[in-house]
Parts: sequence; C-alpha cells; structure tokens
Amino acid sequence: MAALESPPPGTPSAMRHAFGSVLSALILLLIGVLAFSIRLFSVIKYESVIHEFDPYFNYRVTQFLSKNGIYEFWNWFDDRTWYPLGRVIGGTVYPGLTLTAGTIWWVLNSLNIPLSVETVCVFTAPVFSAFASWATYLLTKEVKGSGAGLAAAALLAMVICSIGIRLIFLLVNIMAMTLIGYWMSCTLFSIGVSFSGIFHKCLLIGFQNVSFLSKWLSLQVPSYISRSVAGSYDNEAVAIFALIFTFYLYIKTLNTGSLFYATLNAIAYFYMVCSWGGYTFIINLIPMHVLLCIVTGRYSPRLYIAYAPLVVLGTLLAALVPVVGFNAVLTSEHFASFLVFIIIHVIALVYYIKGILSPKMFKVAVTLVVSIGLVVCFIVVAVLVALVASSPTKGWSGRSLSLLDPTYASKYIPIIASVSEHQPPTWPSYFMDINVLAFLVPAGIVACFSPLSDASSFVVLYIVMSVYFSGVMVRLMLVLAPAACIMSGIALSQAFDVFTASIKYHLSGSSNSKDDAEDKTSTNNASKDDGSAGKTDKGEESAKERSSRKGKKKEREPADKPSVKSKIVKKKALVLPFEASIVALLLLIMLGAFYVIHCVWAAAEAYSAPSIVLTSQSRDGLHVFDDFRESYAWLSHNTDVDDKVASWWDYGYQTTAMANRTVIVDNNTWNNTHIATVGTAMSSPEKAAWEIFNSLDVKYVLVVFGGLIGYPSDDINKFLWMVRIGGGVFPHIKEADYLRDGQYRIDSEATPTMLNCLMYKLSYYRFVETDGKGFDRVRRTEIGKKNFKLTHFDEVFTSHHWMVRIYKLKPQKNRIRGRAKKLKLKTSSSKSAKKNPWI
Amino acid sequence: MKKSSVVDLLLLLLTIAVLATPAFSDLVLSKVERRIDVTSQFARVTKTLKVVNSGSESVSEFTLTFPKFLGDNLAYLSVAQSEGKGKSKRHLVILSVEAANPKGKPDSISFYSVALPKPLNKGDTLTLEVVAAFTNVLQPFPEKISQADIHLVMLQESAQYLSPYAVESQSFSIKLPSARIESYTNLENTKVQGSEIKYGPYKNLPQYSYSPIVVHFESKAAFAVAEKLVREIEVSHWGNVQVTEHYNIVHRGAQLKGEFSRLEFQARPNPRGISAFKHLLARLPPRAHSIYYRDDIGNISTSQMQSDSKKTELLIEPRFPLFGGWKTFFTIGYGLPLSDFLFASEGKRFLDISFGSPMLNLVTEKLIVQVVLPEGSKDISVITPFAVTQSQEIKYSHLDIAGRPVVVLEKNNVVPDHNQNIQVYYKFSNINLLSEPLMLISGFFVLFITCIIYTRADFSISKSSPAYLAKLQWDEVLATLQEVQSIIQKCLATHDKLEASLRDLSRTGDIQICKAARKSTDSLLKDLSKELKPLLAFLQSSPSASQIYLKVEELVAKEKELQEKLMAKHTTVVEGYEKKSSGRDIENRIASQQQKIITLKQEVEDLLEFIDEI
Repeated sequence: MAALESPPPGTPSAMRHAFGSVLSALILLLIGVLAFSIRLFSVIKYESVIHEFDPYFNYRVTQFLSKNGIYEFWNWFDDRTWYPLGRVIGGTVYPGLTLTAGTIWWVLNSLNIPLSVETVCVFTAPVFSAFASWATYLLTKEVKGSGAGLAAAALLAMVICSIGIRLIFLLVNIMAMTLIGYWMSCTLFSIGVSFSGIFHKCLLIGFQNVSFLSKWLSLQVPSYISRSVAGSYDNEAVAIFALIFTFYLYIKTLNTGSLFYATLNAIAYFYMVCSWGGYTFIINLIPMHVLLCIVTGRYSPRLYIAYAPLVVLGTLLAALVPVVGFNAVLTSEHFASFLVFIIIHVIALVYYIKGILSPKMFKVAVTLVVSIGLVVCFIVVAVLVALVASSPTKGWSGRSLSLLDPTYASKYIPIIASVSEHQPPTWPSYFMDINVLAFLVPAGIVACFSPLSDASSFVVLYIVMSVYFSGVMVRLMLVLAPAACIMSGIALSQAFDVFTASIKYHLSGSSNSKDDAEDKTSTNNASKDDGSAGKTDKGEESAKERSSRKGKKKEREPADKPSVKSKIVKKKALVLPFEASIVALLLLIMLGAFYVIHCVWAAAEAYSAPSIVLTSQSRDGLHVFDDFRESYAWLSHNTDVDDKVASWWDYGYQTTAMANRTVIVDNNTWNNTHIATVGTAMSSPEKAAWEIFNSLDVKYVLVVFGGLIGYPSDDINKFLWMVRIGGGVFPHIKEADYLRDGQYRIDSEATPTMLNCLMYKLSYYRFVETDGKGFDRVRRTEIGKKNFKLTHFDEVFTSHHWMVRIYKLKPQKNRIRGRAKKLKLKTSSSKSAKKNPWI
Repeated sequence: MKKSSVVDLLLLLLTIAVLATPAFSDLVLSKVERRIDVTSQFARVTKTLKVVNSGSESVSEFTLTFPKFLGDNLAYLSVAQSEGKGKSKRHLVILSVEAANPKGKPDSISFYSVALPKPLNKGDTLTLEVVAAFTNVLQPFPEKISQADIHLVMLQESAQYLSPYAVESQSFSIKLPSARIESYTNLENTKVQGSEIKYGPYKNLPQYSYSPIVVHFESKAAFAVAEKLVREIEVSHWGNVQVTEHYNIVHRGAQLKGEFSRLEFQARPNPRGISAFKHLLARLPPRAHSIYYRDDIGNISTSQMQSDSKKTELLIEPRFPLFGGWKTFFTIGYGLPLSDFLFASEGKRFLDISFGSPMLNLVTEKLIVQVVLPEGSKDISVITPFAVTQSQEIKYSHLDIAGRPVVVLEKNNVVPDHNQNIQVYYKFSNINLLSEPLMLISGFFVLFITCIIYTRADFSISKSSPAYLAKLQWDEVLATLQEVQSIIQKCLATHDKLEASLRDLSRTGDIQICKAARKSTDSLLKDLSKELKPLLAFLQSSPSASQIYLKVEELVAKEKELQEKLMAKHTTVVEGYEKKSSGRDIENRIASQQQKIITLKQEVEDLLEFIDEI
C-alpha cells in the first residue's frame, strides 16, 4: 500500500529526468498540435463554417449567450421554434458546450482579441480534442503506473540500450514523426520518462485526435474525429474530453486515495453532466468497477475515497444542471450508483469491524450481521424497486432503454429509430472508425491482465462496456474510441518493450562478443549441462545479461543503474531472435503508419464535409452545391421576420439559425405529436395539408429535393418516416397506403395516395419540364404523376440545383356563401376531428 | 413618389410665372447643352453653360436651379469652369457649390449657388461644366411585374432648361439604354436616333421656362441599391490596409409579383427573369489581395476574380438572383499594400483612399466609412472633396489597450461620382508598432517566471504538519533506498567478476589469477557491506520505511547468502583445480551449489525489482 502511495520511482539522474520531462512535454505539445490540426481539414477543404444540424442549434444558443448573458440564457424561452408551443432552451439544453464556447469567446474579447462567436464555435471541437488527447495520456499513465513497473522497466532498458538502437528509433521517429506521435514518444520517452505511459498517452492522444479529426482512422479515432472536426460544434466535442478526464481523475483518486482528486473528480463529473447526456455512462461504469473491485476482494480505503465523494458531490452537482435536475435521483439510470454506494458502506463497515474485533469475535459478528443485513438489504431492495416502478417510464428514458434493448426504439419510438446515428453500426463502420485498433485492442486487454490492478481492471471494464454500447448505437462509437486507443496504446507499448529489449540485448551481446564470446559459450555449455535444474533459459539469459551489462558498464559507468533494471526486464521478457524483433518492429511501425494514413484520409475525405455545402468533382473541376445556404439566405432576407416556415424536423435547427425564421418542429424532437402533425400534413393531399399548415400559421413550406442532381438524403427518401410518425398519432395516415406491394416507389406504379400527397407534389412540381420525362436521379426512375398544378401553394423560391424548394401558402379564399356551406358539410362529413387537431 | 412629382410639376408651373426676380436677370446663358444619361439606374446630367454678363455690374455668383422633385434626389453636383479655348486644352477648375435659399424662393424649385472664382464683368463670358447625378428619378412603371415581363421605367424632365436666367439657345438629349422606347413626349423638334432622344435646339427661352416631358423605356440596368454600406478601412503599419465592406443590397426596380420559377429562370434558350440581376462587378485597386466574399452564414462560392497591373476585377454573384424588391446581404474584404495608399507629408502621414464603394453603378443610400488608424495615432484630420458628416470613435482590436482611433464619415445618397479620394492625416510614431509584440513577450516571460517560481518554491501551508514531515522523510527514505540499490548492484557486479574468474580458470587453468581475483572481490565486498550498514540503520529507524525495511533486510540477507554460496563454490572449484580433479568431478560437486546460487540470484533480482518499483 505504502509503496503504491509513494511518488514515482527514483529517477536515474536529475538532468536526465529534467530532459525527459521537457521531451515529454514537447511530445505532448506536438500531439496536441496534431490533434488540433488533423481536424482542420474541413476548414482548409471547405471553409470555417458550422457543420450539419445540431451544431447550428448550439451555435445559435452560443450567440444568444454571448449577446444576452448567462442569466438571460437560463431563462431563455425560445419562441422561434416549435411554434406555437415554443421551447424553454435554458432548461432543456446541456449547457456545457455552450458555456465553454461562450466563456472562451468572452475571455478572448475581454483581451481584445476580436474573434467572432462563429470562429470560436468552429474551433472549440479541435481544441478540445487536443485536451482529450492529453486527458487520455494522463489516464493511460495512471493505468500504466499502477500496472507494475514492467513498462517503466522496459523504458529504462531503452535508456541504457546502445546508441545504435536509439538511433534506429530516432530515425524511425523522424520518418514517421508526423504520422505517429506515439512512436516518437516511445523513442524519446525511453530516455527516462516512463516510456509505456507516455507511449500510451501518445497513442491515445494520437488516436483520439485522429478519431475526432476523421472518423475514418479507426472506429474510435475516426469516430472521434467525426464528431470533433472543426465546425462540428456538438456536445460530444467537449464531452469526450470530460469523459476521459473524469475517468483519469477517478483512477488517480483510486491510485492515490487523495480527497483532493476525489473532489476534482466530482467537478469533472459535473462538467460532463453539463456537456452530454452520455454522463450516465460514467455514473454506471464507475459503480460497476467499484462493485467488481469489491467482488474480487480488492476493496481498499482508496476505493472508498474514489467512490463515495463522487456519488454524493456528483449527484448534488448534477442536480444543479437544469436539464438533469431531479432526474439525478429519480431515474433508474442513476440507481446503480446509489446501490453500490450502500454496498461500499456496508463493506467499509465490515472491514472496520474486522479491524477492531479479534478473529473469533468477528466470526460471531459476521453471522449476526449477515442475518440482520439480509433483512435490511431485502427492505432496501424492495424500496428501490418501488421507487423505480413509481418513477416515469419505469425510471428509464427511451434512449437509455434502447441501449439496453437495441430493438426497443424501432419497436416503440419511430422518432428515435429514424435518426441514423441511433442505428446499430455495421462492421465496415467499425473498421472505418477504429481500423487497426480493432486488432490491437485484444492484445491490450491481455496486457492489462498481467498484472491486473485496480486501474487496469477499470480500463478493461471500460472497453468491454463501450464495445457493447457502440454495438447498439453508432453514435456511441465515440465512447469506444478513447477506450480502444488506450488499449491499443498499451498493446503497442508492450510490444515495443519486448522487441526493443530483444534488440538491445542482441546488440549489446554482439558488441561484447569479441572479448566475451568464449566465456559465453563456455557458460552456456556449462549451464546447459547443468540444465537438470530446468531453469536453463533463465540462467542463460541472466548470464548473457550480466555479460552485456559488463560491457556496457565499461562504456559508460553512470548508466549502471538502469542497466540493472534492463537486465531484470530482459530476464522476464521473452527474448526474441534479433531478426525477428527487427522485422516485427518494422511491421509494427508500418501498421502504425498505415493507421496514420488511414486516419488522415478519413479526416480529410470522410469526416470533413460540413454537409451544408456539397461538392462534386467533375471534368470541369470542382462543382459546389450551396443550395441550402442559398435558400436560407433567401428566407432570411426576403420574408417577414415573423413568418413561420414548415419543413421536416431535420431542417428546423438550420432554419432558425441560418434563416432566423420561426419553425414548427426542429431536431430537438421533444414533442412527438407536433412532429406527427407536420408528418401528417406532408402525407396528406394538398387541401388537407393546407388546412393543417394554415391552422399552424405557417406561411412557407420548405422541402428538400434531390431528384435533379441526385442528392440522396432528400425528403422523398425520408418520407416513409413522416408517414410512420404521422400515422403513429393520426391513424388515418396508413403506411400501407403509400406502398405498392410493400415497396416504396414514386414511379407510375405508385399508389394514388402517394402521388397525391403534398410531399410528392411539392417535390416534383414542374419537375417534368426540366427534361421532358421527369427522370428522378436519386430513385433512378421516371416519376409517376408528371403534369399537375398546385391549387393551394405558390412556388416562391427554388434553389439553383433545385435542392431546396420553398412554397408559400395561398391566401385564404374569399368566402362565398353557398360554397362555404358546401365545403363545411364536406369537411365535417368526410374528415374526422382527429385528422387535424389544430382546427 | 410619382404622384407627388406630378403635383410638384403643377406647382412649378404655377410659380414660374410669379418669379421674375431681377437679381438673377443680369446674366444670360448664351448657349446651353444638356445631356442626360439614363443607361444605368440613376440619371447623370451633364450641362455645358455659356454665361454672358449682360448687366452693368460684375457678378460673383451664379445660380443653378432644378425642379424640386429632381433637386430632392440630387446625389452629386459639381460645377467646373472650363478655361482656355479649343477642346484640346480644357482646364477645369472645380468651383464650390452650396444650396441657396434666396428670398421668395418657390417651394417647387431647388436653388444652388456657385461662387465664381473671379467676378464676371460686364460683357464677359464664362463656360461652366455642370455634372449632376440624380437617384430615384427612374420610376419603374408598371410598379409590379411578373418574372417574364421586361423592366420598364419612366423619366420625367423638362425639355427646356429651367433657369433663373434667360437662355438664348438650348439643346437637350437623353441617352437611353436601348432603342426600345415605350413612349415619349413628342414636342416640336423632337428626334429619336436609335437609343437617343433629342429635344431642341430651342432659341430665346425666357427665365424659368419649363415644358415637362415623360419618357417610358426599357431598362436592363441592375437597379442595385445599397440601403446601407459600411466600409471599414483599417490601416496597419505592418504593411497592410484592410478594407471590409458590408453591403445591404436591394433591387429597387419593379417588384416581382407572383411566383419565382427556377425552371423558367434557367430555361434555355429563352430564360425568363431578365429583370433580375445576377452579378455585381467590383473594381478593386490594383494589387488587392486576400479577397473574400461571404455573408453571415459563410463563404459564398460564386465569385470570379481577374487582376492585372492596373486593376483587380471581382465579379460577384449573390447567393440568389435578385428580383425587384428582393434583398440580400454580403461582405467583401480585401487587403491592399500600405505603400500604395499611405504617404508622408510635413511630419504627418496621410492615407489617400477612395471614398465610395468599388462596385460599378451602385447607388448607396447610406454610406458609412470607418477609417481605423493604428493605436497611438494623434492629430487626426480629414479632407474630403465634398461635405460629409464626421465623427470619431474608439475601436478595440487585437490586444489593444488604449484602442484605435476611428474616423467615421457618413454620407447619404452616394453615386459612383463620389468615388474620389479622401485624405486622412495623422501623426504616428513607429515605436508604437512594437508595443504589442513587447506586451506579448513580457506576458510570456511573466508566465514562465511564475512557473519557475512555482516549481522551485515550497508552498506548503503548514511546514510542521505531519503530512509534510512525512513527505520529507519519505524523500529521504527514497534516497537511501537508491543508495542501497546501487550498493547491491555493485555487489552483484562483483559476483560477476568472480564468476568470470572461474571461467578464466576453466580456460587457462591459472589458479593464481583466480585467487587474486578472489582476494580483490573479498575486500571489495567487505567495503560494500560496510557502506551498507549506516543506510540500513537509517532505514530501520525511519518509521515510514518500516514496511520497506523488511524487504530491504531480506534483500541484504539474501545477498549475503548468495555471496557465501558463491564463495563456497569458488573455493570448491579452486580446490578442485588445485587437486587436479577432473572437470566433471568439480562440476558434480558444485552442481547443488550452482542451483542454489541461481535461485538466490533470482530472489535477489525479484527483490531489487520490487524495491525499484517503489
């Protein structure tokens, strides 16, 4: 215990130590720069702009915050969305990201560095990915440190290893410097910093960076990149940093037993709660680990210090976040932590009593307590179950339930299922996102078991859980990424330890071989003869080591301490043949290099597109499709500021942020009925749709249409979800009416309901006149109904490539006595009140 | 607008008869040539007036008049006196003009008085060149058109020159953008030549003669009006002038009614929507660089740039085509080399830069020019060729402390004729340039110093607290442990030597050398064990090392044992050689010892490793 609590091991010499820390600081800095810069592909290839959908909302909130201040922000009731309901932004948003960016902006501006809010938002994610890399470094260092000094010893071995080897490493480093931060770190660190830890860190950092930069690197790395490219201003950008940092502080507390770190841990957890709904991952994973430690008999006061304050302080702090509030104690996502909290107290009590009583007395006490304890536990469990049962949704929110049961969402909540990031990932996406890490992770897990410590068991638990969760939802690949990086880092550093130790051993052996050759052979012979002891190998090795150590000693006396350590390492490590180690090393470096290439490619190609601007490479050069912003700009400058725009919810955030117009529904899908109303309108014939829209005060309807240029994620392709969601609330919309023999089609075989619905009409209005046939390039077919006129809508704007079409509702017709009556009769007889709840 | 101008016309006609103020009657315009150019969205009038003083007194003031509906829209007016004769040698002297308000002035006429450089004596003649630009005088008619319609506008003017002086001869021509003329007022002496309409010449017109005409014609010009334009010109003495221009553009032509159909707009070969404009052309100064074009939601990718040594042309396309009544907003920015625009004179520096927008044929309703001078500029003065509203502000930009002085110039109704250079004079010392780098340097310096102090100094709150003392003690223990370790390592190395001597023995059979080696190692080991004693004592006494001490003790004991076994082995081997027993015998004898040695060695190394981990 005492040993574990002690500071790091004695260092070779002060100078070397200082040099080592400067080097490691430099490497960490480079890793940070790498992490930051790999995410700038989007800015270089496109522009400094906010990406996709949710980031636009966050951007808008940040703008509001920077303009109106924090108090206004907490009280912000947004009337420009979910018309006519509105939305209480301050109470329904995870404020971490917004407050972070807002604070950065405020600090910069008070230093008279006039960066715009947009710039700050764009670069928040890359900056935080650098932080995340550093946090990963710290975490791995903690894990490594506790994971026995094997790696450290290896490092030391590296230190004394002959200059030749170091040169090789340096060369490798120089060649692959940019590629692999961790390789570099390996070599450089070997100079006296704990090599493996740094290596891991570097790896992690590199990986994370890469992942954020480009999803493509590897699952994790690319997955992280995907969420953290410049401009991807989403909660995950800061949340991953918060997640890793919380884990680091937890491990740090676990290793040191310091209340200081425990408090910091609670604060880091608070930041995580502020940032992302994924904080439940932490509050479930840590109790699981604590439970694991208790079950495997690893309970210690440090574990108590690490856990109990986190639960108490963390829950109190979490309840301060408006969006969480009493959920922190009411929903069952948090119950695991409370249960474990009770268990750890029971265990602590047991240990305390054990310390006081004599063994005999203790036995008596145990029997006594166990019988009473069982009763108490039973009561507690009963109370808990009752609490769970009485809390809303049985205490589990829909998204969490879909984590436990992957089929839950598609069964019950189409709105969750309709989001692509909530789908389970495919195998290619794993390979795309974590690439070689996928193969290194198992090796890392094995490495964590030799020896298994509190910290390494935590990492193993972390990777296992994150693999499961990432299998449920693509989006949670993000959580897997850091875990995979840590594991791969550990695996790589172990591999490096082994290979470099072997090489060093052989090299030093050969340098001594001239004078010692005969000795060696004789000893070898002797030891072989003595082989009956069964420890031949070891004897041989130690003999060799000794001789090599001697040789080295002659070369440089000051290095003798490390040399001893190296000896120890070598003795333990498998010594591989020289050629094999060299080849394996080269292969490892190549592996790393390919990984780096993959990451860079993924960052540049796959994860950098802002999705509001599309580009295509044609013979004439780069063609830019900027239709979304074209139409948002048109809306913002040429419609009245209070006009309401109806569109499918995907475009809600963008419309409010870019066009500054009121929308009916947006990407915060909190009100299913409202979305269903819009879905119903889109699925209804023109007149019914007009009535619904008119009752909602809508003036413009916006549809996204990709048929002209072949943009596949348009509204026609999303249309079935509108039907499903609409039909879920308004039963007169039936999915079957839109399908011909179970097939979704828009050609001449399509059903009349389909061909007469508003979405079809708005998408294909006058489309046939473009080429005379009406050939839809996305569905690769001619459209079914070609020439039709709109009776209730006017086309007011269509973007350059027809990707966005905006229609205006025709004004209400003047009332004519006879007709009005007829109409009334008709509507009342043919349509039930259910059809349109707004009239 | 149109209605009111018709009322104005009536008023004008009524009042003209009343007016016959003798004050103006001394001068006679012997010849008036008027040309009005309406090819763009505003009317540009050039007049050549030949003035003769037919009175008896010398006159130092000349009065220009416009009908009020024109005068209200007057954006630009400049009067120049042309000197010298013959067209080749025309020297123009700009004269000062100001709005006048003579007594008994009728409401329907705007007066401007021109101060003549020297009084015009009796009988003398003088030639004046007048250039005037009027905005908003081309009225779209019809006011709302559909996408397919052509854009028709209407111009009202007077065929005869409205003047407080009698005119002897007058000619008037209107230059239209195209030959497509819907209608025009046909007076005597009216000729249409292609896209030009000519009225006159008319002879001997009395004072204030007026005959209204209306021309209705097609205009293809872009009616691009900047409702508000903010130009920020930031001077950096590091070598750059950064210009940023924020445009709020509106199409002031006939409004679009009905649908906008992209299909028809893109239809080939007959696109509909010619009343819309798609492009704007900006003519930037030569050597403009780092040009960008964006709006508040990001970069706009539709622009083209051409540059040569004389100019830089930037063709920008708004995000969407602008139809009548549509608006848009964008920003363009560019950098200019400082040396082209900043000059020094009499100990002062002055910036000499164009006032108006670089866009061709753009009318600006409200122009705000902000000239941001470097921090520390003093004695600022501005010279403009025409009247503008001036004010000063402070702007805080990169790492400013005192802020940068900003000269704000405001002017309404700006036409391209206003694109003249303004001069901003100020004093600036080059030392100020270094202030920000120095500030950064000192900032980092302080940061590093703080770091150094922090790491070097001991910030424990309580030096007597148990935790602090324990830490100090622990450090000592660690240092001792290291020493112990190194001694043990030395012991092990000595053991190696001994083994090596044995090997030598097996090779050479030289017992003496082997014995000598034994002796030297013996003494060495003794020394080492002596060194070890005080360290062990310290560890034993130190409370925080109690657990470690056990291990260390064990280590030392094992090492001792190892040492003894080795010695025993050595003795056995040497004896064996002395007795000349066979190698096999010796090996058999030491086999058990050898085994023990190996296990001991293993244990020692394990212990060492354990201690090393601490």
